[in-house]
Amino acid sequence: MNRPEHAPRPADYKSGVHPVWCPGCGDYGVLAAMTRAFAHLELPRERVAVVSGIGCSGRIPAYVAAYGFHGLHGRALPVATGLKLARPDLTVLAAGGDGDIYSIGAAHFVHACRRNPDITLIVMDNRVYGMTKGQPSPTSEPDFAAALQPEGTGVPPVDGLLLALASRASFVARGFSGQPNELAEIIVAGIEHPGFAVIEVLSPCPTFRPEQREWKRQVQAGLLQPANTLEEAMARVLTAPALSTGIVWREKRAPAPMMPRPDNAKELAAMRARELAGIERSFHP
Amino acid sequence: MTSILRENISLAIAGSGGSGMLSAGELLLRTAARTGFYGLLTRAIGPQIRGGESAALLRLAHYPVETHDDHFHLLLVADWKNFHRFAGEIRLGEDVLVIMDENAGDPPEPVAAVVDEKNVLRLPLHALAKETGSRVNMVALGLLGALLALPRETLRAVVENFFHRKGREQFIAPSLAALEKGEAVAEPLLRAHGGAFVATPGKPCRDMADCGARWLISGNRAVATGFLQAGGRFVAGYPITPATDMLEWLAPRMERLGGLLVQAEDELAAINMVLGASFGGLPAMTATSGPGLSLMVEGLGLGVMAEIPALVVDVQRIGPSTGIPTKSEQGDLQLALCGAHGDAPHLVLAPDCVVDCVHTTAWALHLAERLQCPAVLLSDQKLGQMLAITDAIPPAPWKAGRKLKDNCAESEEPYKRYAITEDGVSPMALPGAPGCLHTVDGLEHDERALPSSQVEDHAAQLEKRHRKLARLEEWPEEEMAHWAEAFGTGEVAVITWGSSAGAAREAVRMAADEGLHARHVSMRLLWPPQKKRLARLLDGVERLIVVEQNHSGQFLHYLKAHYTLPETVVSCRCPGPRPITPRQVLRALREACAMAEPFSERVCT
Repeated sequence: MNRPEHAPRPADYKSGVHPVWCPGCGDYGVLAAMTRAFAHLELPRERVAVVSGIGCSGRIPAYVAAYGFHGLHGRALPVATGLKLARPDLTVLAAGGDGDIYSIGAAHFVHACRRNPDITLIVMDNRVYGMTKGQPSPTSEPDFAAALQPEGTGVPPVDGLLLALASRASFVARGFSGQPNELAEIIVAGIEHPGFAVIEVLSPCPTFRPEQREWKRQVQAGLLQPANTLEEAMARVLTAPALSTGIVWREKRAPAPMMPRPDNAKELAAMRARELAGIERSFHP
Repeated sequence: MTSILRENISLAIAGSGGSGMLSAGELLLRTAARTGFYGLLTRAIGPQIRGGESAALLRLAHYPVETHDDHFHLLLVADWKNFHRFAGEIRLGEDVLVIMDENAGDPPEPVAAVVDEKNVLRLPLHALAKETGSRVNMVALGLLGALLALPRETLRAVVENFFHRKGREQFIAPSLAALEKGEAVAEPLLRAHGGAFVATPGKPCRDMADCGARWLISGNRAVATGFLQAGGRFVAGYPITPATDMLEWLAPRMERLGGLLVQAEDELAAINMVLGASFGGLPAMTATSGPGLSLMVEGLGLGVMAEIPALVVDVQRIGPSTGIPTKSEQGDLQLALCGAHGDAPHLVLAPDCVVDCVHTTAWALHLAERLQCPAVLLSDQKLGQMLAITDAIPPAPWKAGRKLKDNCAESEEPYKRYAITEDGVSPMALPGAPGCLHTVDGLEHDERALPSSQVEDHAAQLEKRHRKLARLEEWPEEEMAHWAEAFGTGEVAVITWGSSAGAAREAVRMAADEGLHARHVSMRLLWPPQKKRLARLLDGVERLIVVEQNHSGQFLHYLKAHYTLPETVVSCRCPGPRPITPRQVLRALREACAMAEPFSERVCT
């Protein structure tokens, strides 16, 4: 990515706060990709907001030089939705992990897909609850044994991409934290997409899932390609290897209606005064 | 047959679903409002989605009334089919006049036990309706309008307007014919009683110019209006009885006001959307009821920790759990005060009548914005869904406004979102402000908003969040005048919060007529407590009667925990759905004046 000298650099979007993440955590790669995407788009830092919930991945807003909101476990999407609808002038991203988005926040995920707010969601999937030290997550393999479920979950994992498609998300993709350049390109496409962009990122947890270190050899980059129909997109997600990346679905659909923005404060005040007077009249018997 | 001539009259109009009795009640109330009366209407309905039983409960008077009387003086029923389901909410006086359809059969037990057979009037209500091609409710409306001596032309204008607005012009002619039939039935009754049979003596005023303007408004609409007047811009909510009608009323209006309303997927989403919009700088609210507030408690804690203004309106219904969704109780006080985990100081307020819903809502939003924390506003089903005739309500004087930080680009120091300040409120930078980049956090944090688990940071931030609310006790009187409403004199006082105030105010006035002097205090600001202010209002009071509509005495226990109270405290409490009436409070007042023992827990009857 060649750029003139005055253009912002990825480092300009790093806050300098030292991450709590373990050495080798995939989330470093996600942070790198996000800042590369912001730099590529030359986003003014004060016009970017990153909203998250709870989990290792939920710490990402503080590491980005932008406005951030580190809220409740599972609730990043409603906060991000409220913010974007109220402030269409901002570029809003939501970030979370597989537990945050697909388990405790699953209802919000489904309805954000339907509602289609102009937000980019990054789901850092490591198939484990890292912050609470290694419990099975909704994307864990059925035989992943952990102290809380020594026999494994015995139930199939959630397929986030399939769930997104079934919930009619208008942009669905998967990336890999170990390939931050490809991931940055997907994030750029997600931000440029006028609607809700779901980007699941394979983001290994070397501490509780050391076997995921192998992902860098197993991931098949670019295997997912945009489908022409929803049916085809679902079929591709179902048949492609779980560790494949790329944008699988893009569709033009009107984003969730946002706050009307009158040209100036005076116009807004006049509009409100008129409507309030009408409301008073409506109470006359 | 006894005639009913009173200063104020209470009527119950009942019928099974589809008989249109609720509409008849509303049209009668509207006609009374145009004539210069004050009054109110509540609905007794069952939980069914459509049809079933329904009753319109009205009270009309020449002076403002806030609550129902002890007894109903007139009961008009189209049929007795489902009457037993709400018979408990319609207490009948011994002299009650019952008007019923001649084919409806005998009055059921709870009515027959009270009413004198000579006061039962059997009329061909359904048959008359059939003759006109209209419905029984219009015959009833004509009859009641005539008995109450409401102007015929006003009643007709109201009915015409009703169908006109619904686009049902074809119903106007049959309805007017049915009104005529009802009025004709009333004629002989009126003649036999010298023209006044069921009436408040005299006209409320010569004409409307003489009366002053009247408004017809529900508590839910009044809350919404207060929010809008104070500058509210964003609403997110999830449908829940009895708050839904507030959201539905706001929905078409928000965009015209340069705002937005979102139907969220659940209450968790609603409160978090509100926090997101408010983080973006817009004054925001959600409206819910007890079950929704239970879910929102998580978000309240986040609002406290991250210091984000938000208004959460709880239109209380009977709980716990799903409870009785359509009926009223003051049972959410403890949840509103103590719901969030950790030390989570936030505002709790309660409007005490329909008129006050406008002002206390605006004040709650103003305080939430100014103190950068959530405010819970406790309305209830009774207030929210009551339709009241009031004087024109002056616009609320409070506006939403925050202490903002617009630009940090010039500053050498990094921006401190949670700067420790003298009053505990830190200037807030909104997204877009150059150079003030920061991440607000539900984790404990330091002044710069960076997560911290250190002893000193937690202590300093806890103290700051506590202090900004505690400072209200030091605010000048003129800014805090709205915190409570008090009147009366004497050594006995009645204290209430929320919708119980109406019955208490009326009881204290009735007591004064008996020569029993008492005070009434209605608290609108429940958290933070105003110890010195209440002490001043209760100065010289020796006996205090605590009135509330719940079973456990939540308000009593709150008062005991946070205030110094007079030696003798009487708890007068009863659960819903039957509203507390003025006479219940009056009886408690009389007993409190007479009793000797220092403490008595009294359960209202």
